[in-house]
Amino acid sequence: MLTINNLHARVEDTPILKGLNLQIGPGEVHAIMGPNGSGKSTLASVLAGREDYEVTAGSVDFDGTDLLELDASDRAREGLFLAFQYPVEIPGVSNLNFMKAAVNAKREHQGLEPIAAKDFLAMVKEKSALVELDGRLRDRSVNEGFSGGEKKRNEIFQMAMLEPKLAVLDETDSGLDIDALRIVSEGVNAMRNAGRSFLVITHYQRLLDHIVPDFVHVLSDGQIVKSGPKELALELEAKGYDWIKEPVA
Amino acid sequence: MAYDGEDKILEEVTGKAYEFGFTTDIDSDKAPAGLNEDIIRLISAKKNEPEWLLEWRLKAFATWQAMVEPEWPHLQYTKPDFQAISYYAAPKQKKELASLDEVDPELRKTMDKLGISLEEQKRLSGVAVDFVMDSVSVATSFKDKLAELGIIFCSMSEAVQEHPELVQKYLGSVVPVRDNFYAALNSAVFTDGSFCYIPKGVRCPMELSTYFRINESGTGQFERTLVIADESSYVSYLEGCTAPQRDENQLHAAVVELIALDDAEIKYSTVQNWYPGDEQGKGGVFNFVTKRGICHTRSKISWTQVETGSAVTWKYPSCVLKGDDSVGEFYSVAVTNNMQQADTGTKMIHLGKRTRSTIISKGISAGKSQNSYRGLVQIMPNADHARNFSQCDSLLMTDRCGAHTFPYIETKNPTAKVEHEATTSKIGEDQIFYCLQRGIDEEQAISLIVNGYAKDVLNKLPMEFAVEAQKLLAISLEGSVG
Repeated sequence: MLTINNLHARVEDTPILKGLNLQIGPGEVHAIMGPNGSGKSTLASVLAGREDYEVTAGSVDFDGTDLLELDASDRAREGLFLAFQYPVEIPGVSNLNFMKAAVNAKREHQGLEPIAAKDFLAMVKEKSALVELDGRLRDRSVNEGFSGGEKKRNEIFQMAMLEPKLAVLDETDSGLDIDALRIVSEGVNAMRNAGRSFLVITHYQRLLDHIVPDFVHVLSDGQIVKSGPKELALELEAKGYDWIKEPVA
Repeated sequence: MAYDGEDKILEEVTGKAYEFGFTTDIDSDKAPAGLNEDIIRLISAKKNEPEWLLEWRLKAFATWQAMVEPEWPHLQYTKPDFQAISYYAAPKQKKELASLDEVDPELRKTMDKLGISLEEQKRLSGVAVDFVMDSVSVATSFKDKLAELGIIFCSMSEAVQEHPELVQKYLGSVVPVRDNFYAALNSAVFTDGSFCYIPKGVRCPMELSTYFRINESGTGQFERTLVIADESSYVSYLEGCTAPQRDENQLHAAVVELIALDDAEIKYSTVQNWYPGDEQGKGGVFNFVTKRGICHTRSKISWTQVETGSAVTWKYPSCVLKGDDSVGEFYSVAVTNNMQQADTGTKMIHLGKRTRSTIISKGISAGKSQNSYRGLVQIMPNADHARNFSQCDSLLMTDRCGAHTFPYIETKNPTAKVEHEATTSKIGEDQIFYCLQRGIDEEQAISLIVNGYAKDVLNKLPMEFAVEAQKLLAISLEGSVG
């Protein structure tokens, strides 16, 4: 699904990713952990195609296409979804209109007609139930006046609406209380299937109690320095990151 | 912002010819360029006007000659040469038309291009259209239906002939001849416009709509509109504009007067899309408009405007809240792009007790344009417990454009309550990226964000107009982020 090979990226003159390698197969859930400043969110932004990040070397293959050749909106239409760490507010634009524009952009890309109003509403009803997003939030402006937890639930709702091939969750657990964490995780788990992959970026083990990964990777100073099964996350939780940083060589 | 496609998009948009930039080839009956008493006599004679109106025009002309063009707006432009303008042009078609089939085919074609053919208007939207081609109204529909209710909706020329008592009573009663330079000029030379009277207690069952169109090269357009809502009546009036592309500047100096008698309500909505000039600012319409309404006891006037066109806009739709408990509202979206300049806003003059006014102004500046809000809230000594709320927001699309706010507040009554809020923001890269990441392309993202920003105003427009206005905002701002 996703093959990252020797990826280097920088912001202005500061190199952040320094030769990152990662392979994610269809249906797999990979977790990336690491200390602050290790490059976790940069990886998410580079994959999504944010312009402030310059890729200086390496390649990313996304389901047979060269991801780095596509602009941000084409990456999304090809099935890459980023759940933002800090979802953006768009005053005056209703959540539903926003989603309709997004769903239709993807359908157009696939050569399909715009979705019928009836089908769209049925879809909204089904998908919003996944994350217990009530009608009040659906009808409001995108993320405007939402609590931290509501914003994250809205991200997962959008993900469910767009049915991506690969979902990148960028610190989706940050700012969530325990109930919201459960709701968001259940929403993600309900979407797991053999054809859909996840890259879960997190600082803490607790999210991985709910969204159980197939693989855990540790990112440090722009490289993946250790990979392992889900138990690795527990080990990190117990020992911290320092024991990993040292034996890099 | 460094989206790769940006330069390309900008180029495409700025290279794109103005969509409605075409002219209609109809023979005109046209006066020679220049302005003097003889020209005014000619206009008056051509229109077969009564003596009092000619006198009124001549007085206005004398007043205008003693006035100077205002210098205070935040605008820079080459002042029009008033002697180079022809002040009268009428399509040759003179006889009364019984049906649309009698309309000049060329004219019909123009209307079709604008997407506002009368039959379509009739069939689809139930809107009565008084279509102004240059200075003479050529077709008026739905008149019979309105006539049953006693509603008069016709051209100003016709009103002068058919309802001289109403015209004489109200013409210049809200915007006096000497109000300002352009209003004085308009009073001297206006050739046509729309007239509307709603009788006591009548609720006008349809939106009344006038499409203005400037057609004749070098002809100034001096529209005169008068809307009178008698006691306890209601009317919603729509005004929309497009204009053909021109090399020289086209002067437009309209006057609109609204009279809301006791317990009446007038909603006046405008979508203005005149040719704004090219990306260097060449050509484009000069729009110097005086719009004002007077509210009697418990009456209400709402101005809603979406301004996207014109090279230079000078416009302050205002309310004089004369009667106790009367209400004035002003909702505005003003977009400027490329080299456009707009100095627009409102005046709310509170005279009566417990009068209330609301001002919501949303400025959007792109390119190298300059966009100014200028507003006056004036609470006079007798206006006990008057209230005003003003909100003036500016959205910047680039770092080369300008947004300015000139709010004036004068309160002469200690019981008044006046609130003013203002914000300025730049369109967010984060917002655009968020849209892109959901698969929405940049053009559509901007359209969504801008329409969201202007939503409070767009919501005030009648439905069909709101849709049109949203499209217009998107078109006006294509590729303008930077």
